[in-house]
Amino acid sequence: MTEHKHQHNQKDPACLEVFAKLSEYLDGELDRLECDHIEEHIADCPPCVEFLRGLKRCVETSREFEGQGNCPKMPPEMEEKLREAWQNALKRRENAH
Amino acid sequence: MPNASASSPEVEWARRLLEGDATAFTPFVESFQHRIFQYTWLMCGQREDAEEVAQDTLLKVFESFDQLQDPSRVKAWVFRIAKNYCLMKRRKSVFAPDREYSLDELLPGSEESARTIQVADSGALPEEQVLRAELASHLEEALAELPELYRSVVLLRDVEGLSTSEAAEVLDIKEDAVKQRLHRGRLALRKSLARYTPAGTGEASR
Ligand SMILES: [Zn+2]
Repeated sequence: MTEHKHQHNQKDPACLEVFAKLSEYLDGELDRLECDHIEEHIADCPPCVEFLRGLKRCVETSREFEGQGNCPKMPPEMEEKLREAWQNALKRRENAH
Repeated sequence: MPNASASSPEVEWARRLLEGDATAFTPFVESFQHRIFQYTWLMCGQREDAEEVAQDTLLKVFESFDQLQDPSRVKAWVFRIAKNYCLMKRRKSVFAPDREYSLDELLPGSEESARTIQVADSGALPEEQVLRAELASHLEEALAELPELYRSVVLLRDVEGLSTSEAAEVLDIKEDAVKQRLHRGRLALRKSLARYTPAGTGEASR
């Protein structure tokens, strides 16, 4: 693949159309017709395949994100307060029925 | 997947809590405490705020637990409360509109393309696993750099696993706006993370 072709394809109107819908495609939010359209284009377009892979890898990394380590454990008196609030809410709910 | 989180453990715990099952209490609290802590930290940037928002949110959640109509929407319900506490932590709204990205500026730049070719030609392509580990180690930084408009959507949809309709409910925006911000946010993340990973690792360039 030459550099010229690579850059050219990313600005190709057909690529741009696909490019705009890649997230919905990955999320399974497109209808059959739109999916077919994207898949037909991608079958003949290496730069789009590559781009889709990169995007998918990013999304999967976000889904697996563990981040900031652990949130400090809830203080026991706070947990007690939460339990009480929950119990009171359940009582109110029962009385309302 | 319009109802992606309908069968998540949180939904099951919420159902059981509504029935008075105390064994669901600890897992529910721990899961949401961690999620809200992470969301708030990445939105507000302050650890102390994140701890406080997690506690305030859970207290509000349990105080109004009798108002939870539909346990399958529990994530949206809890995150909506969390978002509001998160807002109060900031003088300036963290959800204020940022400058919006255009699709065009999120395209791979010519620099990236040139590097792609170079790497592809070198024949030394890293393993998929190595690539992913590299991405994961820079994700937090890349998320923090993302304009807040996009960050809130990417966090709710991809990191916390809310559905499009749940994220729309939390942020008070239309589903189409969620989709558009998610797409641009993901593209911006991809572009930002491309700094750390050689592109051209797809089959296309082998
Ligand atoms: Zn293409």
